[in-house]
Amino acid sequence: MNKELIDIAYLAGAVCFILAMKLMNSPRTARKGNQLAMLGMGIAIGATFFNPDIKQENLIWIAGAVAVGTIGGLMAAYKVQMTAMPQMVALLNGLGGGAVALVALFEFLAAGQGGHAPDTVQRVTTVLSAIIGTISFSGSLIAYGKLQELLPGRPLTFKGHSTVNLLLAAFTLALAAMILFFGLVTPAAFITLMILSLVLGISAVSPIGGADMPVVISLLNSFTGCAAGLAGFVLLNTSLLIGGALVGASGLILTLQMCVAMNRTLGHVLFSSTGMVLSTGSSNKVAKQPKSFSPEDAAILMENASSVVVVPGYGMAVAQAQHQVKEMAAKLRAMGIDVKYAVHPVAGRMPGHMNVLLAEADVPYEDLYELEQINPLFPETDVALVIGANDVVNPAARSDPSSPIYGMPILDVDKAKTVIVSKRGMGAGFAGVENDLFLNDNTVMVFGNAKGTIGKITAALDSH
Amino acid sequence: MSIVELATVLILAVFVGLEVISKVPQTLHTPLMSATNAIHGVILVGGIIVLGTAEGPMMLTLGTAAVIFGTLNVIGGFAVTDRMLQMFKARKREGGR
Repeated sequence: MNKELIDIAYLAGAVCFILAMKLMNSPRTARKGNQLAMLGMGIAIGATFFNPDIKQENLIWIAGAVAVGTIGGLMAAYKVQMTAMPQMVALLNGLGGGAVALVALFEFLAAGQGGHAPDTVQRVTTVLSAIIGTISFSGSLIAYGKLQELLPGRPLTFKGHSTVNLLLAAFTLALAAMILFFGLVTPAAFITLMILSLVLGISAVSPIGGADMPVVISLLNSFTGCAAGLAGFVLLNTSLLIGGALVGASGLILTLQMCVAMNRTLGHVLFSSTGMVLSTGSSNKVAKQPKSFSPEDAAILMENASSVVVVPGYGMAVAQAQHQVKEMAAKLRAMGIDVKYAVHPVAGRMPGHMNVLLAEADVPYEDLYELEQINPLFPETDVALVIGANDVVNPAARSDPSSPIYGMPILDVDKAKTVIVSKRGMGAGFAGVENDLFLNDNTVMVFGNAKGTIGKITAALDSH
Repeated sequence: MSIVELATVLILAVFVGLEVISKVPQTLHTPLMSATNAIHGVILVGGIIVLGTAEGPMMLTLGTAAVIFGTLNVIGGFAVTDRMLQMFKARKREGGR
């Protein structure tokens, strides 16, 4: 196959990617979209094997490496729990970033060994894709570690951390300039550059709290896309260029949309570790005790309701309680009670995290309501059942300017006639903020693991 | 292709990327992030090209690592996205797995 035919195949692959992303705008067509993207990837990769530069004797290496990656990728993808999706995406993104960095390193070394002489644009893009790919690699691994709880979720930081980060970034750029413009083209210099980038990625992501990790992963996803696009210049390859640019651009939009949902700016997410600030602005000065109910009492409250809104949070995810929740909802419906689900944009550890889990339990997506749709309905709701959610229902976000989450749009569950909160204990949420909702007169707490609690509520509904 | 032609393609692709994604419902944020994550695995194409031209043990090792990483990104990314999306069902198909 000549190069022209390969380029036509790359064009077909790129068209598939674009149409695929278009199809992913609606839940009805999303799966087809993903399959179309697979087809596009298959075409691009298949065509690459006909590249005349590829040596026959190296095909065995390629086949071996692809086989290892395929087996590993499939095993990981089918073993992972739905709850662990955010860290899975982080890990895969890190590997993609690592692949870009390795390709850049390879091209740098190959040019040094007297291969083709790269022009200025290629030299600049080689260095940039190495830096960005490496940052994405190490940053994603830190994000993975935090979400997998191998590392503490709280911000890991020290005095003068931001100065150190700035210095690291300055060193990285200075070294890049030396390599590009002052003839420091030794392998040692390039590897030092990659090590600096590696440390920068670690150091930049460590101070960001676990609650902000979804935004970070989305941004690093965009980074890897940019790096892959730049690698397209290095290899003069249009499939890399288009695929990378699409992801770089769409990833940035997605990141900004997430920030809007949390009412924060990207800069605020990246450069302030507010997760650590504990709010002292509690309006309940008297040490008030929450009302603790048994699951059976909670069941009676719900039986007497005519409408129930379920608010799932990360607690439901860790307890894997989505199937119990769905069962409970079915029972309530059978009793003639209206059941809706209210999903906050940042409930869980990734936007849409709750939607995925509830979908796993076969809850139809028409039953899920977004924040703007459900908030006007809370005053007419008899029971709001909060399952392991905390910060996203904290009224301090509306009323307490000193709270770190002040200004974030929340689900107004406190406006429902009764709020039932299923929670493991009185601990603060992921953002480390106290929640007065739990002390309100119309709130009752049911302590315990969400799976157990919801299961007991469902059983109690049965016995009446 | 010349650098200017490549830059033209790049800039147009950026605009398409910005345009095509602007109105995604929250429900699909995680699957979309996961699918675009798989799409940047197209770096595998780059990995295959460099490994195909590699000479000597060091370059072969580097290229092999790049191809393994890239394949993991592509295969894992698409498989995980498909697993998520196959669970999204409309009401009429409820219970009919």
